Amino acid sequence: MDESRRNFLKIAGCSALGAAWGIPVVRAIGKALQAEPAPGAFEGKRWGLAIDVQKCMHPDVVRACQQVCHSIHNVPQIDNPEEEIKWIWSEKFDNAFPDKVHEFTTDSLKGQPVMVLCNHCERPSCVRVCPTQATWKREDGVVMMDMHRCIGCRYCIVACPFGARSFNWSDPRPHIKPEIDPEYPTRSRGVVEKCNLCAERLAKGLGPACVDAANQVAGGEAMYFGDLGDPHSEIVRVLRVRHSLQRRPHLGTQPNVFYLV
Amino acid sequence: MYDAGKIILGIVVFLVLITFPFWFTPALGNPDYRPEPELPAGKCVESREYMVHWHMDLLDQWRDSVVRDGNRMYVSGEYGDRYEMSLTRTCMSCHTSKEKFCDRCHDYTGVDPYCWDCHVEPKGQ
Repeated sequence: MDESRRNFLKIAGCSALGAAWGIPVVRAIGKALQAEPAPGAFEGKRWGLAIDVQKCMHPDVVRACQQVCHSIHNVPQIDNPEEEIKWIWSEKFDNAFPDKVHEFTTDSLKGQPVMVLCNHCERPSCVRVCPTQATWKREDGVVMMDMHRCIGCRYCIVACPFGARSFNWSDPRPHIKPEIDPEYPTRSRGVVEKCNLCAERLAKGLGPACVDAANQVAGGEAMYFGDLGDPHSEIVRVLRVRHSLQRRPHLGTQPNVFYLV
Repeated sequence: MYDAGKIILGIVVFLVLITFPFWFTPALGNPDYRPEPELPAGKCVESREYMVHWHMDLLDQWRDSVVRDGNRMYVSGEYGDRYEMSLTRTCMSCHTSKEKFCDRCHDYTGVDPYCWDCHVEPKGQ
């Protein structure tokens, strides 16, 4: 008994020494990669969007936003509603804001389409449930997806109260129309996807594509993109002046997409 | 020993089968075959030896750096110049054909990376 305990302690000691020696080596190898942000990349503390509900009600605006978003991100167009994939789309006001409608809500809102997308919440429920950290909140506020890590468990789909996430039930490539944009990866069967707030464009110093498209079609002031963490940003100034709504604020996810009404 | 002949025969057949990967190529295949990926002119982001041995680790580090940390520029340890960390835009802008570059060695070694399930391979080469 004593003998085996003695041996156990010896082995444990040697292992601890080995690990202590190994950690700096592993760290040094990990440090070998020298990486830096791309020049001209946007830096922000808390990216957010403000959407003018009235201006973005028009089907042309929604179509333009959806068209540009879905084409640059290779989002497949699947007509079957059980398998459809969407990053940005329109939802009836009553469904987007179920706690904001009552018997006498004005007809200019009730039953009207509202443009919706991932809210990039401050406290995202999808991130809390993801078992592999395939979805996480970046320091600049973007709720990102790492498709390399997603195992397709779909917990996040259940957790998201806004229906912002879609699951790839089949290989999406045959459904990408009119053609695959080689600049952006497609997805594979069995992963969840959603709006990434155009993270690949932010890295180049460009705002989200939907904002540009909406403002172009609606003639400006339809969508605002900016840093909610910067009190002098345009989006914060607009939100301070105009009345705005968040979707389902009582759920406590603190959406960073605001709706100007 | 009963049935010694059958047992010994069985052992011989078993050994022949289990050592198949070791004797097949020297005996019946082409032991001198080496895959020859088509190399473009000019230098890669790191030295040739480094890329041959470590390209998979480099790509993994690029992936994590871009996706997780948002750092998209790579500083070459060998040459000190900067590259965008992108499989399709950087690697495949020189190595323009997956069949003539990636697949040559990967097929030979029986490696099947899943890069191209999502990333779009350059076409028309």
